[in-house]
Amino acid sequence: MSTEMEALVNREYKHGWVTDIEQDTMPPGLSEETVRFISAKKNEPQWLLDWRLKAFRRWLEMTEPTWPNVHYKPIDYQAIAYFSAPKTAKPLGSLDEVDPKLLATYEKLGIPLNEQKLLAGVAVDAIFDSVSVGTTFKAALAKEGVIFCSFGEAVQEHPELVQKYLGSVVPASDNYFAALNSAVFSDGSFVYIPKGVRCPMELSTYFRINAANTGQFERTLIVAEEGAYVSYLEGCTAPKRDENQLHAAVVELVALDDATIKYSTVQNWYAGDENGVGGIYNFVTKRGKAGARAKISWTQVETGSAITWKYPSVILQGDDSIGEFYSVAVVNGMQQADTGTKMIHIGRNTKSTIVSKGISAGRGQNSYRGQVKILPKAHGARNYTQCDSMLIGNACGAHTFPYIDVQNSSSDVEHEASTSKIGEDQIFYCKARGLNTEHAISVIVNGFCKEVFRELPMEFAIEAQKLLGVSLEGSVG
Amino acid sequence: MALLQISNLHANADEKEILKGISLTVNAGEVHAIMGPNGSGKSTLAQVLAGHPAYDVTAGSAMLDGEDLLDMEAEERAWAGVFLAFQYPVEIPGVTNAYFLRMAYNEIRKARGLEELDPMDFLDLLEEKLKVVEWGPEIMERAVNFGFSGGEKKRNEILQMAVLEPKLAILDETDSGLDIDALRIVADGVNKLRSPDRAIILVTHYQRLLDYIVPDFVHVLAGGKIIKSGGKELAHELEAKGYEWLTGITEGAAV
Repeated sequence: MSTEMEALVNREYKHGWVTDIEQDTMPPGLSEETVRFISAKKNEPQWLLDWRLKAFRRWLEMTEPTWPNVHYKPIDYQAIAYFSAPKTAKPLGSLDEVDPKLLATYEKLGIPLNEQKLLAGVAVDAIFDSVSVGTTFKAALAKEGVIFCSFGEAVQEHPELVQKYLGSVVPASDNYFAALNSAVFSDGSFVYIPKGVRCPMELSTYFRINAANTGQFERTLIVAEEGAYVSYLEGCTAPKRDENQLHAAVVELVALDDATIKYSTVQNWYAGDENGVGGIYNFVTKRGKAGARAKISWTQVETGSAITWKYPSVILQGDDSIGEFYSVAVVNGMQQADTGTKMIHIGRNTKSTIVSKGISAGRGQNSYRGQVKILPKAHGARNYTQCDSMLIGNACGAHTFPYIDVQNSSSDVEHEASTSKIGEDQIFYCKARGLNTEHAISVIVNGFCKEVFRELPMEFAIEAQKLLGVSLEGSVG
Repeated sequence: MALLQISNLHANADEKEILKGISLTVNAGEVHAIMGPNGSGKSTLAQVLAGHPAYDVTAGSAMLDGEDLLDMEAEERAWAGVFLAFQYPVEIPGVTNAYFLRMAYNEIRKARGLEELDPMDFLDLLEEKLKVVEWGPEIMERAVNFGFSGGEKKRNEILQMAVLEPKLAILDETDSGLDIDALRIVADGVNKLRSPDRAIILVTHYQRLLDYIVPDFVHVLAGGKIIKSGGKELAHELEAKGYEWLTGITEGAAV
């Protein structure tokens, strides 16, 4: 590659700063006591403590998975702090009571929590380390019967709903990281849309890790009753630190009959430096269960994290239910991603669509791992999978691991895959038409990701396009 | 002052010298044809002038309107008014022709300190320009060159030229791979774009294109040098006698 391309330098990760705020952080270490401490801190009912302890005991018997195509030094679970909250946080207070330093933090991230300044039509829950620091537009949503609050608040205010659905899609013992999350989860968002209600605005959660040596274990639960509709977005950033930080979240979606849940993620955790020092380990379990004629659609744009391990999945339980997964995963520098989806077809005439776009640059390694399973009773089930990889430069890698398990002969499964390379010729063609190198790469990559971006809500799509440009700066060398 | 002044230009690809001292003067309003056998360096000359990074210029100069072209990035050359119609136009999946062309148009406007055109105004402009290559608006919603036939790709290059209105257009083997109808449309398009303040360099292997686009000057390139220059009749002479007449080498052996 030419020197002009090599000369493009990596732009700094712009969310890498730290908020200087007094925090109440538990000393590192993990034991039953830790679990009890977190539960007590959050004033939880006995059933939830029992649920956590059961998960913890299961976790102790489990081993960390080694099948993902990622490499990292063993995690010392005793060196992590499992709870950290700003001292001034008042989880149940109104937004007016939120510490100005926290408001300023979100303002700087481009997420003003002041309702007047917010984008009309988007309600935000802001999670700072282990706690929610505020949720906007709660009153407006309550008029429609929509509940949108922090998970901790939901446990206090709507315990019957939490107890009914918690762990109903991702059981506490589902996998190693889900079990860990179930034991020590701190906060997250809770959404409930009553029967027949179309949520009047986009809901979004913004996750921020601030404290050092701390893990973030959030838990999100979204329940859409019969015929309800909700579109939910999440965004994430973290400071630049030299040590790796663990983020092990669980997201459960429950779409009852005829309901629709659209879940979009723009993940921009700190990715580590160009030598692979620091960065977030993003080990996440996301799954939805769809009732009859229900639809669950995952859209993700994954540009951050040192390591990403996540497979947003859909259990297509009801007849005629629909599952979708649209993904853009970018690795640059030393980043590693092993991501994809699982579509489990149980009901008749269930349909799933998977569109995965992997972009590898620098020395990044990108794996698509997807499972399509058609169970014996899923007559007329259909899946379409399209899995495209793009390579930028010569030192990166793209891998595809599709698992297809068909147990019903009336089903129809299609898998298409392609790998391409951004060539000097493509860039030169754009330059010869007046676009500079960065602009050229951005245009080519955005074209490649178009099918996914068009699934994102408008503001998010623009954000994602910009993010992609930043993530790939300096990648052609 | 000449629009383009090339003096003693030498260029390498992978350490191998391809251009071995080219000198050429092109004035505004002129059409120059550069002909030559395969491997003579014709396409290299076109790519070097447009700024392809695969070539190193080792000696000589190329001035556009008195400005050092070789000192500019490829995009700066586009801003300065250079346009290369590619021999093999590149596909860009997922990016519509309309979006790409408007972006290119506005980047060039911006660089010249002009106001950018909004999508609606650009559509009006496009409607006019599409006539140059006898196209309807449908083509603009397709991805850039993606799944285009060879002929469509070449027409698309001429459409881009019509929109970007370069001072100097270099057409690299624009006739290759075209059937007779496509050749006529492309050549008609180029003829419509001839103007007193624009120069055109046609790089071609065959005389056929020059029946449609009649050049003012013809140059024969062989072994990285211009070995003969003349008027349009030189092309006919070449057609009759073959390149062997000038190079002393049988066609094909020169590669």
